[in-house]
Amino acid sequence: MIPIEKPLINYMQMKFGVLVFPGSNCDHDTYHVISEVVGQPVVFLWHESEQLENCDAILVPGGFAYGDYLRTGAIAHFAPIMQAVKKFAASGGLVLGICNGFQILTESGLLPGALMRNAGLKYICKQIYLRTETSDSPFTNLLQPCQVLKIPIGHMEGNYFCDAPTLQQLEAQRRIAFRYSTAAGEITAEANPNGSLQNIAGILNEGRNVLGMMPHPDRSSEALLGSADGLRIFQSMVATLAGQD
Amino acid sequence: MKAHVYVMLRKTVLDPQGQTIHGALRKMQYRGVEDVRQGKYFVLTLSDALALPEAQLEVERIAREVLVNPVIEEYTYRLEP
Repeated sequence: MIPIEKPLINYMQMKFGVLVFPGSNCDHDTYHVISEVVGQPVVFLWHESEQLENCDAILVPGGFAYGDYLRTGAIAHFAPIMQAVKKFAASGGLVLGICNGFQILTESGLLPGALMRNAGLKYICKQIYLRTETSDSPFTNLLQPCQVLKIPIGHMEGNYFCDAPTLQQLEAQRRIAFRYSTAAGEITAEANPNGSLQNIAGILNEGRNVLGMMPHPDRSSEALLGSADGLRIFQSMVATLAGQD
Repeated sequence: MKAHVYVMLRKTVLDPQGQTIHGALRKMQYRGVEDVRQGKYFVLTLSDALALPEAQLEVERIAREVLVNPVIEEYTYRLEP
């Protein structure tokens, strides 16, 4: 008998879920990138829901969830949907937090450390450069180690902080995914826009299935927007999920 | 009963807002200010049904689980009858 080949289109379909909190404002940008640019099914998941609707990956978008009241991400992490996300992450599910999403993931304890007020106390919105510190993750496997990406930031609290033992652990386990760099990939104080410890722009959890990053790959997935470098991160996730199928 | 909860950045954590205020005070020639740290202050009005030991436990739990991010902050509180 001739084996029936699984049709490629179904084989490659990965369902993404974009969380929506009151105050999220990059939810539609993120949804657009997945549906129109990456070309995968995507749904919005309301913060009061307790169901992830069988999504293969969860995206926590940027914005100002609950107005950033108390601390950025602090109220969001008590939302019913976050309890489901924690379970999903614990079972190895892919979770990507962007900007406010990164802040929510640290407040939730899914990622270590905290994001503090920028060292210069200003809201910074500009194109910056990142160096890929590891390609050994579901989010960076299509990137080369040390590959420089042009991806914008837009935040007031992106100043990454953690204590010395945590930093040591992040370094030893190669869990720093991205650092702020020059266009040539040098890690310098000048290239650090917000005072982040060791120029850290994005980190992985211990299981490497959760990534938080301050820069916005959702705002840099189409050349029309000035850079399509961020697209590789979403495509890496699809490649990972396809490999797991 | 009221609970007064004071949340401050840990001493080992840089406080750029406090530093900026300190810098401004120096420029304005206020004398004798050696450092400024900025924090948050919460006032919780508690039900009279809560006895003192219960109120203490509850306020500590609220501070620890909600009001404070232990990575960067610490707290003190006092209860006012």
